[in-house]
Amino acid sequence: MIRDITLGQYYPVDSVLHRMDPRTKLFGTMIFIISLFLSDSIGAYVIATGFLVSAIKISRVPFRFMVRGLKAVMFLLLISVSFNLFLTDGQVLVKIWFLKITREGIRISCFMGLRLIYLVVGSSIMTLTTTPNELTDGLEKSLGFLKAVKVPVHEISMMMSIALRFIPILVEETDKIMKAQMARGADFESGNLLQKAKSMVPLLVPLFISAFRRATDLAMAMEARCYRGGQGRTKMKPLRYGRRDQAAYMVCFVYLAAMVGVRMVL
Amino acid sequence: MRETERAIMGIIKASRLIFDYIRRDEDENVEEIDRAIDNLDVDIEKGSFVAILGHNGSGKSTFAKQINGILTPTEGTVWVSGMNTADEEAIWEIRKKAGMVFQNPDNQIIGNVVEEDVGFGPENMGIPTEDIWRRVDESLEAVGMTAYRYKSPNKLSGGQKQRVAIAGVMAMRPECIILDEPTAMLDPNGRKEVIKTVRELNQREGITVLLITHYMEEVIEADRVIVMDDGKLVMDGTPREIFSRVDQLKSYRLDVPQVTELAYELKKAGIDLPDGILSQEELMSCLLPAFEKKFPGQIIR
Amino acid sequence: MSIRAENLTYIYGQGTAFEQYALKNVNFEIPHGQFVGLIGHTGSGKSTLIQHLNGLIKPTEGAVYYEGVDIHGEGYNLRELRSKVGLVFQYPEHQLFEVDVFADVCYGPRNLGLAKEEMERRAKEALELVGLEKKYWEQSPFELSGGQKRRVAIAGVLAMNPQVLILDEPTAGLDPKGRDEILDEISQLHKERGISIILVSHSMEDIAQYADRLMVMNHGEKAFDGPPREVFEHYKELEAIGLAAPQVTYIVHGLRDHGVPIDPELTTVREARDAIVNLLGGGEHD
Repeated sequence: MIRDITLGQYYPVDSVLHRMDPRTKLFGTMIFIISLFLSDSIGAYVIATGFLVSAIKISRVPFRFMVRGLKAVMFLLLISVSFNLFLTDGQVLVKIWFLKITREGIRISCFMGLRLIYLVVGSSIMTLTTTPNELTDGLEKSLGFLKAVKVPVHEISMMMSIALRFIPILVEETDKIMKAQMARGADFESGNLLQKAKSMVPLLVPLFISAFRRATDLAMAMEARCYRGGQGRTKMKPLRYGRRDQAAYMVCFVYLAAMVGVRMVL
Repeated sequence: MRETERAIMGIIKASRLIFDYIRRDEDENVEEIDRAIDNLDVDIEKGSFVAILGHNGSGKSTFAKQINGILTPTEGTVWVSGMNTADEEAIWEIRKKAGMVFQNPDNQIIGNVVEEDVGFGPENMGIPTEDIWRRVDESLEAVGMTAYRYKSPNKLSGGQKQRVAIAGVMAMRPECIILDEPTAMLDPNGRKEVIKTVRELNQREGITVLLITHYMEEVIEADRVIVMDDGKLVMDGTPREIFSRVDQLKSYRLDVPQVTELAYELKKAGIDLPDGILSQEELMSCLLPAFEKKFPGQIIR
Repeated sequence: MSIRAENLTYIYGQGTAFEQYALKNVNFEIPHGQFVGLIGHTGSGKSTLIQHLNGLIKPTEGAVYYEGVDIHGEGYNLRELRSKVGLVFQYPEHQLFEVDVFADVCYGPRNLGLAKEEMERRAKEALELVGLEKKYWEQSPFELSGGQKRRVAIAGVLAMNPQVLILDEPTAGLDPKGRDEILDEISQLHKERGISIILVSHSMEDIAQYADRLMVMNHGEKAFDGPPREVFEHYKELEAIGLAAPQVTYIVHGLRDHGVPIDPELTTVREARDAIVNLLGGGEHD
C-alpha cells in the first residue's frame, strides 16, 4: 500500500499546461520567480497575481492542491513575516515593550509574505502539471549545454529517474525490515538519542545491503538491455516544442517586460 | 571452413566452457577459486524451448550470464548466433540477439511507466523514434500487457512485472530469450502467467527460449531438458526421459511433480505403467484399464 | 496458549479515496500445539492477518486475544507478546545485520534483556535446532548460501523462545531439496517442542503433508477452515478463487468419477500409492 504514494505531486488532468513542454514550464517558473524578486510595489504584485491566477485557472488543478505546499513552509513564513514586522525601523505605529510595529515593517512583511506564498504556489503549478519523468527529461534537455563543460547531464537525469522508481520500493522495504526487527523485540521509539541511533543499526545495515543488491541487479539488467550511457541513444518520447509553447514563451516575455517596466516607472 | 561450422551450429553453443569465480584478498592474491562451470558442452537449436534445471549453486545462472556476455569464459568458448562472446566488439550485437530476463521483477524495470520501460532497450540501440513506438506496441501486445501501458510498474503484480520485463526484451527483437529463474519470486498464478507467455512467444514468434528454473511443473512443455549439477551437464533429454529417472533427479536435490512421483512409486510397487508420466490425464488413462480388469463392469470410461 | 481472533477487520487508507478492506470480520481460535497452514493468493489478506497476531498491526475493528487477554488492552506488553508469538517474514535473510551468525541470533534475546549466559544458551540451542553446523557460527551471515542464511534468520526468531511460530513462505526461492529440509525442520520443531506453527504457503502439497488444519483466505475473508483433506474436497470452489488442491486430490477424484472405489480424501503421494496398490492387489511395496 505504501507503493501507492505518488512521488512529486502530479495531478493527472488534461490541460494546456499539462500538455506543454516541460522546458517551457521550467522557463516560465524561472521567469515568475525572477519577477517576484523584481517587484516591490503594489502595481507589480497586481500583475504577478494576475499571471499566477490565470496559470492556476488554465492548469485545471483544484486550488486546494496549490496551497498544499504552503504547509511545509508555514514556519518559515511566520518567522520571516514577524521578523520584518517587528524589527524594521521607521515610522512607529504601535509599540509593545521593545517590539515596535512600523509603517515600513507592515509594508515589507506583507510583500515578503506574498513573495514566499507566490514562490511556493508558482512552483507547485509546475510540479502539479508535470510528471517527474517529464521534469527529468526537461532538465536534461535544458541543461544540455552543461555537457560542454563536462557535466554528465544524461547520467544525472538517469540517476534521478531511477531514484524516482526505487524510492517507493525502498520505503516499503524499510517498513518491512522495521517490522521484522520489531518481531525480534527491537524498539525504535524509546531511549535517549544515543540509544535511538544505536537501535537504527539493525534497520540501516539490511537496508543498505538491499539497496546495493538492487543496484547491482539493476546495473546488470541495464547492461543486458544494451545500455551504455547517453551516447548514440535515441528517445522514445523526444521533447518537441509546439505552437502552445511558442505562445507561452511570448506570454512569459510580455509578463517579464511588464514587471520590469513597472519597476522602472514606479 | 568457418562458414560451414556456423551453418551446423545452433543458436547458442558452449564448447568446453569453464568458469571460475576468483576471490582475492586485499593484496590481489588469489584466495579461493570456485569452479562454477566445469567443462560444459551444450548446443541449443534455433527455435527450441529448452529448460535448464539445477539446484541453487549448480551453475545454471552462471551459464545464463555467459550467454549474453555479462560474464565471459575462463576457458572454452560460447557462441551466440555464430559470434564469440569473448569478442568485445560483438558484445552489443550479442546482447541484441540474446535477451535476458532476471529473477527479481523489481530490479530489472528501469522506466517509471510500463511503456517507457519497454522502450528502454530500443532507445539504447539508437532506433528511430517511430520505430521504437512500433516495437513497444507490438511487444506489449505479444505479452498481453497493452492495457497496462500507462501504469506505474510499482502497481503491477509480480507476474505482470515479469511480462513487462519480457516485453522489454522482445522490443529488442532478439533471436532468443534467456530467463534466469523468472518465476522464483512469484506466486502460483504469477508463475503460470509467465510460463504461458513464454510458451506462446516460442510457438508463435519462433523465439528460442532458454528457461532456467527449479520448478519442475514448468519444464513439462519444454522440447528439451538439461540438468546441471556442480557446474556439469548431468542429464539431457526430453521431459519424459528426464522425469522417468526420479531417483537420479532427487540425487541432484531436485524433485518431480506429484503425478510423476506417484506413477513412479506405483511402477516400483509392481504396477505396469510407462516411464515418465507427466500429466494427470496420462496417469488416469494408464491406470483405468488395470482397474477395469480388477472391477469388471464397474468402471465408466 | 491459544490465539483467538475476534471479528478482525482491517481497513487500509481509512478516510481516503483508496479505502480498502484488507481483512473483513475474521474469526478463529488456534489452540496450543496446532500446525496450521494458511493459504490464499497474493492480496488475500494473509500477510496482514499474521502481522495482527503479534501486534505489529492494530486492527481497525475487532480484537486479538493471546491466552484470553486482549493484546491491545491497557498495559499489555507487546514486546513480550512478540517473544511468545515469533514471526518469520518472507525472505527473512534480508533482516540479517550482525558481523557474525551467532551475534545475529543473539539480537532477539538481547532485546529481551536476558543475561549473557542465557542469551548465548538460547542462541546456541536455536542454531542447533535449525541444523546449522557449528563451523558457520563465527562467519559473517552474508557469506553463507541462501538456504543457510534463511536458517540463521529463522534461528534468530527461535532464540526468542516462542510458543507460537508464524512463518510467511519460509521456502520461497529455495530449491526442492532446500525446501524439504526447511519444512522437515519446522515439522520437527512442532513435534519435539510442541510449538504451534502457522505456515503461510502457496503449496497445497506441502500443507497436505504437514498441517493439521488449513485456513484459506480470499479477499480478506476466511473462505475455508478445517482439516486439509476436508478443505481439499472443495477443490472446485478452491479453483474458483484462483487456488487448487494437491495433484493427488485430482487423481483420486478422477478415479472415483470413473467408478473406482477409492477414498476421495487422500492427499499425499504415499497415501494414494498405498490405496491404488491395495485396490489393484498387485505387487509388493515397502
